[in-house]
Amino acid sequence: MAERPVDELTFEAALAELEQIVMRMESSELSLDELLSVYERGAQLARHCGRLLDEAELRVEQLDAGA
Amino acid sequence: MHSMLDVTLHLTVSQLNQHIKDLLDADELLRGLWLEGEVSNFRRSTAGHLYFTLKDAESAIKCAMWRSAAMRLQRLPADGDRVLAYGSVSVYTVQGQYQFYAEQLRPLGAGLLYMRFEELKARLAAEGLFAAERKRRPPAFPRAIGVVTSPSAAAFQDILRVLRARWPMTRVVLAPTLVQGEDAPMQIVGAITALNRHAAALEIDVIIVARGGGSLEELWAFNDEGVARAIAGSEVPVISGVGHEIDFTLADFAADVRAPTPSAAAAAAVPDQVEIRAQLAGLRDALASSVQAGLQAARQRLAREEDALRRLSPAQRLQRDRQRLDDLFYRAGLAARSRLALRRASLDSYAGRLAALDPQAVLQRGYAVVRRRDTHELVSRRTQAPAGAPLEIRVSDGSFAARAEEQGAGDSV
Repeated sequence: MAERPVDELTFEAALAELEQIVMRMESSELSLDELLSVYERGAQLARHCGRLLDEAELRVEQLDAGA
Repeated sequence: MHSMLDVTLHLTVSQLNQHIKDLLDADELLRGLWLEGEVSNFRRSTAGHLYFTLKDAESAIKCAMWRSAAMRLQRLPADGDRVLAYGSVSVYTVQGQYQFYAEQLRPLGAGLLYMRFEELKARLAAEGLFAAERKRRPPAFPRAIGVVTSPSAAAFQDILRVLRARWPMTRVVLAPTLVQGEDAPMQIVGAITALNRHAAALEIDVIIVARGGGSLEELWAFNDEGVARAIAGSEVPVISGVGHEIDFTLADFAADVRAPTPSAAAAAAVPDQVEIRAQLAGLRDALASSVQAGLQAARQRLAREEDALRRLSPAQRLQRDRQRLDDLFYRAGLAARSRLALRRASLDSYAGRLAALDPQAVLQRGYAVVRRRDTHELVSRRTQAPAGAPLEIRVSDGSFAARAEEQGAGDSV
């Protein structure tokens, strides 16, 4: 499963991946190695989502007349 | 017709009024008709019944509307209102008055508009424009929201306020338009079309078509056939938020999602960050507790392995073997010592027996070994020593010669 850098993910994609990770971790089929590396990714995703939420500002633009 | 000459055929007033009432009640048209006129002398009785006059340029007729019908009116008529009323004509015999009894009342303009609305709605519905299967769910996290409304109206500010509060992580692309008047439908259609054209480039995932509350005439642009078709045909899902809760325009029927107001439309377009934050916190917690549980399980497994390892380790084995060795040595020693003791005891006993069997000891005790001096045979019987036989007697410290004397003497031992 190719993983994109967390920074590049949209909020929606990051949240979805985070949900997947939690499901995998709770299913307890991971080795200790996998558990720790997957946790690391999950923590990064959660941080990324939090940052996106906190830094969000509504942007308003207008279509040009005759666009 | 009675002749004026026959005064005996006279009627009472009641009879006359009843006769007139019967006449009118029998008429087909007067039993149900739409009447157009201007309201005047309007009053509402304490019981809730409405009394007014409807008139045109030349004529007037008294009207009454009972409370049961009046209750259904959205707004009470006022003097000067031009109305369309549906009802019947009958006679109030008590006063000899014929009146129009109204069951429905509509503002004249609105009345006609309403009928056009119903007709258009039926036609478009028959085409399947409003079918439930056509409706699409807007995406949960829209990257950009196209908004079709008037930028100067409160509706737009309401939308912005709701978006900022719930989900500022999005963009608004405003396609400004008139929202009432003759030119409005054309502009609304143009706005929807333009937003669809730019949807890919601007990442517009959902469109909101909005207008604040108003009368049927004011909302009329959103009942335009072109507008309804543009909304139904929009590639981008459309959420409508037109008027108030009770207003249903064709735009609402054509949209993928109908919201009662512009604010509700904005709320329907985006998630609520309060909920999402809570969900995120929950996931964070689950992440932490999962990894804790995993580490704990690993720790326990490690401890169990260490235990097993310890039991199997060379140091352990060595210790155990050393102990066994010591034990064996000890036991061996015990065994050896006891064997030795046994042997010694045997030895001693043999030695003793041996000593007891030592001929010298026998001789010491006084016994003698007797031999014939001539043949050296050992003499153990009397016959071997007849009288005169030469003998050699060995005692403890040597031997001496002797000659046997006569037999029979010394039989006692």
